[in-house]
Amino acid sequence: MRDIAIISFAQTPAVRRIPEVNEVEMLMPAIHGALSQVDMTIDDIGFTCSGSTDYLAGVGFSFVSTLDGVGAWPPIQESHVEMDGAWALYEAWVKLQLGELDTALVYSYAKSSPGDLPMVLTRQLDPITVAPLWPDSVSLAALQARSLLDSGNYTEAQFAEVAARSRRSALDNPNAQLAWDRSAAELLGEDYHIAPLRKSDCAPITDGAACVILAAGDVARSKVKRPAWIRGIDHRVEPIHLGLRDLTVSESTRIAGEKAGVADGPIDVAELHAPFSHQELILRDALGLSSDVNINPSGGALSANPMMTAGLIRIGEVANRISAGDVNRGVAHATSGPCLQQNLVAVLEGEA
Amino acid sequence: MPEISLPESLQGVEAVRSVRIPARLDYEFTAGNASSRFLRGIQQKKIIGQRVPGGRVYVPPRGADPERGQATTEEVEVAQVGTVTSFCMVNVAFYGSSMELPYTSALILLDGADLSIMHLIQEIPANEVRIGMRVEAVWRDDEDIEPTLESIKWFRPTGEPDDTNVRIPGEDHGTGLGSWVGGVAPTEALVRNPRTGKGGH
Amino acid sequence: MGKERVAVVGIGQTKHQATRGDVSMAGLVREAAQRALDDAHMTWTDIDAVVIGKAPDFFEGVMMPELFLADALGATGKPMFRVHTAGSVGGSTAIVASQLIQAGLHERVLTVAFEKQSESEAMWALSLPIPFTPPLHAGAGGYFAPHIRSYIRRSKAPDHIGMLVALKDRQNGIKNPYAHLHEHEISFDSIKESMMLWDPIRYAETCPSSDGACALVLGSEKVADDAMAEGRQPAWIQGTAMRSEPTLSAERDTVLPLGGALCAADVYKQAGITNPRKDVDAVEMYVPFSWFEPMWLENLGFAEPGEGWKMTEQGATALDGDFPVNMSGGVLCTNPIGASGMLRFGEIAMQVRGTAGEHQVDGVRRGVGHAYGGGSQFFAMWVVGKDKP
Repeated sequence: MRDIAIISFAQTPAVRRIPEVNEVEMLMPAIHGALSQVDMTIDDIGFTCSGSTDYLAGVGFSFVSTLDGVGAWPPIQESHVEMDGAWALYEAWVKLQLGELDTALVYSYAKSSPGDLPMVLTRQLDPITVAPLWPDSVSLAALQARSLLDSGNYTEAQFAEVAARSRRSALDNPNAQLAWDRSAAELLGEDYHIAPLRKSDCAPITDGAACVILAAGDVARSKVKRPAWIRGIDHRVEPIHLGLRDLTVSESTRIAGEKAGVADGPIDVAELHAPFSHQELILRDALGLSSDVNINPSGGALSANPMMTAGLIRIGEVANRISAGDVNRGVAHATSGPCLQQNLVAVLEGEA
Repeated sequence: MPEISLPESLQGVEAVRSVRIPARLDYEFTAGNASSRFLRGIQQKKIIGQRVPGGRVYVPPRGADPERGQATTEEVEVAQVGTVTSFCMVNVAFYGSSMELPYTSALILLDGADLSIMHLIQEIPANEVRIGMRVEAVWRDDEDIEPTLESIKWFRPTGEPDDTNVRIPGEDHGTGLGSWVGGVAPTEALVRNPRTGKGGH
Repeated sequence: MGKERVAVVGIGQTKHQATRGDVSMAGLVREAAQRALDDAHMTWTDIDAVVIGKAPDFFEGVMMPELFLADALGATGKPMFRVHTAGSVGGSTAIVASQLIQAGLHERVLTVAFEKQSESEAMWALSLPIPFTPPLHAGAGGYFAPHIRSYIRRSKAPDHIGMLVALKDRQNGIKNPYAHLHEHEISFDSIKESMMLWDPIRYAETCPSSDGACALVLGSEKVADDAMAEGRQPAWIQGTAMRSEPTLSAERDTVLPLGGALCAADVYKQAGITNPRKDVDAVEMYVPFSWFEPMWLENLGFAEPGEGWKMTEQGATALDGDFPVNMSGGVLCTNPIGASGMLRFGEIAMQVRGTAGEHQVDGVRRGVGHAYGGGSQFFAMWVVGKDKP
């Protein structure tokens, strides 16, 4: 495959609610931040791709108005996916593989604050058999957590350790929404939110946007000292119906990780898109990550979870660490759908 | 595929063809900075646009310069009179509309603005509306003014002579930006790139 | 590195109608997908990846419906991708799918586009009042009618052109067994007498609202060569292109959008087309209101500016004309919005393969599929041909 790297990443600070600005106003700082970091404008970009969904803000064709934040004049080569921005990045990576264009701009955004997010997400479920029951996203995750406990593989204390470590790591992330230092034991003393999950096991609700710039080969090298090369990227899906899956494992993540080549070398860092603490444990197993891998140094989705964007942010966070020279090889993961239904895995590396 | 048949207990039972599942979601919508200022202007019976670098004025403003993709901040008041650039006569009762048929929905280029707004034309028989006709805003009574463009009830003719030279954006470039003259495709260089200043006439 | 060759080796579509109450959403997409697989002599297990597209989720009231459709589409354990680029989505979805093969990632990709507008209220979904935003006074027709009036003024086209397009497309649609509208009684006078909905657009010059799906199986060079060896002509993809521009810009021309022309120029260059009118044998273009035929003829370089309507008037675009347009009946006969673009792409591939049945045109070696969306601002096109590029 052609060598494609992430050369720039920008995100807006994650907050519970951005009441004053609309989506395009929220998005522009991320796009122009990513461009200006590498001294580029939209004229230097070959392909643009974005990810968003209409249901979060309740506005049809929301991506049409956010195109105003790009500067699509003269007209540009552009596409949009109704998926997390990590998949928009995948489309852009495929486009650059064709060898005709050297650069791509990828962005995604979501304002989850206008609606009641766990209720909005019920609209993803089977419209005839499940959605009419309005089972909220936290309750579905709790079913999965219960299965995991029942399997005997993990305990609530291990959930709490993930929750505590994520928020402690987030203290070093200026863009994080939830950052604090409390012990796992203290978290275990909390009441259940939706048993067996506690509030601390759940991601916050976040408004935010992010942008990544991709470049091929020498263009990437000319722009930054240490590009974060995409060595492998793959995504897989499973049925939405929880009864058709073993919820204690993530088969789609396992296949995607295998195809992306996670096991082809040592992993220094992993950013896993786990909106619930127990899901990080499932994902580690699916990717075969050893205990010495630094997981979610950004704080992960448990510290900031802008919908449609948290997956793209995982890729950007790993890329930043590689470009800074802190690590050499990392894995980034994005998820979509209830209980880890659809998963994307990317392996990033610095220059050998 | 294996042969599938209904269990005996279900045979003869009328099949369910569809179910009606009402769903309701409530949203608290954010207007955004630019729209908020525009709507506050409307409350004072003023029409506030935004000027983008390079001089174009957009009404209503959306906070972004659509050509550059940059945030815009400079506010300017535009006139409440303008020119009809195109229109259509509507004969179909449209969901959510209580207008008397037929009515005219027009693109109106307000003096001082560079892009038309869509609004209604009234106080003239629908079949007498023309491209180039000069029109002015008609506001609701003061006590009914709200922060919505619908506080302008409609536009009506000013009685001024028509502006027969009115053009829609892009039309100034020959017979349109995206037309092929002599079988030659138009290129990006046909239009001015707002970032580099290159291209265009 | 570089681009692998790719061809359409399977095409399927549903019977389109106002309400497909006999099938669920899953049943609808499977009906099209199964037909495409049968046409390609493949089964679900042969497929490496699935790319699905549709217009706004509010049309069916399901958020990201590809998630619940994943198993119905045979995607379990495979990559599944969802595209949404407004009305052009059917075209852009097929393009994204083709790129997975061009990039060398997959050999066989199933791509599906659908809309089941009867599941919700399409008019409601299109006119969901966006708070603080000026209302559209009359839906999509009310939005596009002023653009059409501008075209008529600019080109000095006579009034009857739109009616001629409607008559031609509705007559073509009678020959297409999958078309939603089969108006056997259609005549110039019946169109003329039909209600003027959004003057200058008459009822009979307007697309219907349909339930329907379209599916294509795309194959690598090897897959397509194998099909050819078995006597099944593939439709080779000779070029694909997409362009976007902002909705509301004082720089752009809403009648002849620059993005549309750049998209056409790009795709012709890839296919080696230097004289579009001469080098292209047939076109399926996205014409939801009749007047868009002459507008797109000019925008896509088939006619000089202001002259597109003359091609229509002279009968060049008729089924037996020298430049047939919308042989299938087009969007004027069938409009499941999210699928409409892929239907254009698939119908032109059928013409190239010689499998279009009653609406087949003789001797189509190379054809163009075209889709647009938004406020005439998103464009997707492909060129397919009998010949390997």
